[in-house]
Amino acid sequence: MEAFTTYTGRAVPLRRSNVDTDQIIPAVWLKQVSRTGFDKGLFSAWREDPEFVLNQPRYDGAGILVAGPDFGTGSSREHAVWALQQYGFRVVIAPRFGDIFRNNSTKMGLLPVVIPGEQVDELQTRIEKDPTLEITVDLASREVRWDGGTASFEIDDYTRWRLMEGLDDIGLTLRHADAVSEYEAARRDWLPTTV
Amino acid sequence: MGRTLAEKVYDAHVVRRAEGEPDLLYIDLHLVHEVTSPQAFDGLRMAGRPVRRPDLTIATEDHNVPTTDLLKPIADPVSRTQVETLRKNCSDFGIRLHPMGDDGQGIVHVIGPQLGLTQPGMTVVCGDSHTSTHGAFGALAFGIGTSEVEHVLATQTLPQTKPKTMAVTVEGALPEGVTAKDLILAVIARIGTGGGQGHIIEYRGEAVRSLSMEGRMTVCNMSIEAGARAGMIAPDETTFAYLKGRPHAPSGADWDRAVEYWTSLRTDDDAVFDKEVVIDAAELTPFVTWGTNPGQGLPLGDSVPDPASFDDPVERQSAERALEYMGLTAGTPLRDIAVDTVFVGSCTNGRIEDLRAVAGVLRDRKVADGVRMLVVPGSMKVKKQAEEEGLDEVISAAGAEWREAGCSMCLAMNPDKLTPGERSASTSNRNFEGRQGPGGRTHLVSPAVAAATAVTGRLAAPADL
Repeated sequence: MEAFTTYTGRAVPLRRSNVDTDQIIPAVWLKQVSRTGFDKGLFSAWREDPEFVLNQPRYDGAGILVAGPDFGTGSSREHAVWALQQYGFRVVIAPRFGDIFRNNSTKMGLLPVVIPGEQVDELQTRIEKDPTLEITVDLASREVRWDGGTASFEIDDYTRWRLMEGLDDIGLTLRHADAVSEYEAARRDWLPTTV
Repeated sequence: MGRTLAEKVYDAHVVRRAEGEPDLLYIDLHLVHEVTSPQAFDGLRMAGRPVRRPDLTIATEDHNVPTTDLLKPIADPVSRTQVETLRKNCSDFGIRLHPMGDDGQGIVHVIGPQLGLTQPGMTVVCGDSHTSTHGAFGALAFGIGTSEVEHVLATQTLPQTKPKTMAVTVEGALPEGVTAKDLILAVIARIGTGGGQGHIIEYRGEAVRSLSMEGRMTVCNMSIEAGARAGMIAPDETTFAYLKGRPHAPSGADWDRAVEYWTSLRTDDDAVFDKEVVIDAAELTPFVTWGTNPGQGLPLGDSVPDPASFDDPVERQSAERALEYMGLTAGTPLRDIAVDTVFVGSCTNGRIEDLRAVAGVLRDRKVADGVRMLVVPGSMKVKKQAEEEGLDEVISAAGAEWREAGCSMCLAMNPDKLTPGERSASTSNRNFEGRQGPGGRTHLVSPAVAAATAVTGRLAAPADL
């Protein structure tokens, strides 16, 4: 996983709520067996509309997506996270996220940032007025900063540490392999197996 | 203080707990399908890691599989590659697989319970958000992403933070003609698509207790549509009766020991939920969605809402956009909405009881002219049972198409799709834009409403016939 400490860059406002993972990456894109090439599928249905925000050249090169509430609801497809990252996003800011999407993001190093709806709205308005607005997302201080505004966000210490170090969960868990074996040895003997 | 059902199951699976770190939770059953697993197996290969417990892992082919011509190779080369990749991965890593054409094949959330692999008090995960289905047995079951699929394959555990708990109590008896699907659609409309976020929902109350296992699975299945990680129902005699005699259920003395443990899996009287919602079953009626998220639903007797009637600006904007996408006008009675296609199936409503409900309505009736109706059993076993009961003949005689098992038009990864602008009444779980095919318009309904709608060509309940 790519480590995340701080990101400074431009942003895109996505003024929609309930952006489910079927919109982020429609099912037809999920047939790939590799981890690459998902950038083309990002919002592919919405990108057919020339007016869609990602088709507006003034937002080119943005690394932060600022969206409405309940971003990433629905399907557990991690492809949604891969698509956002491969398109160039490092951060998604929204007032509320779908649980699984949020979890998947932190496994991959895409930072989900929750700030209140009013501040999301304010930020979107600022970006719409000036797409060159530079926004800093600072994981160490748990803050989003822009010219004229600051928003703090919550993230638990452990996830923050893991993201800042870019650590792989499996490697961390395997350090506790003995505890897993001990638990396994004490499981109820009538529990089912698939064989 | 007492504990909730969810807390009991969670606590019993904590392998390791340390201050300032997530808990490490043991996983009793890992279900695998072709779509969310290939990159996870690739990750194992790159790191040279084996699957820790292939004997607690089972795979099936469901999302991509065609529902016709099972004996021919899959026509879509990309789908075919994905299915073949799963076969190779299962063979390389020693995992039991139910491939297309096998009589054990079916939707991953239908085959687990069918085999008796899903049992009370277990932890069950799958790279699929509808894993919440298995909570109907009093299991803690939730959907995970591909990184977590790889983590479970490698370690049989997952780092987790204990979720909060929420009680949804449906008091009283369900009125005649109101089903589990109507109940859960009404719950989602009430609490919203984010209402269960960060929580495990426990469904309680007389209306829930009186549901069959199939109905309970329908309810728990859509917990994710209310934003919840999982849904659970405490196991009882209905659960035990369903499990008894299934291939992987305990037997003999083990059965008695299991039932003794399962009986302890209930929320203590003095346990406290973080959130509680109470619903009066008497107020429930057949329920349908009008918008593009599962929270945008209403009783069938209502009309398409006016976006201006929503106080919250975000909801208002969402409703405006939904009506535009759905091609609906505010004030139109829901019963006046004509459909092109009716889809019966999915992990929400593709079980035997659902097919019986559909056949019960279609018996001696015809699907309306111009309406296409697809009936897709949730598994090959469900299909076989339905055929033994003669349900396929009733369904075919009415003019509906009787298909092979799979996810099918629920998410349109196989050839079963809506065309742009086409409108469906669907027993599946998501009415998202384009979910059933690009530009397709979906109304979520119960199996009974689906069948009645097929007969009239407009959204309808059996009582309207």
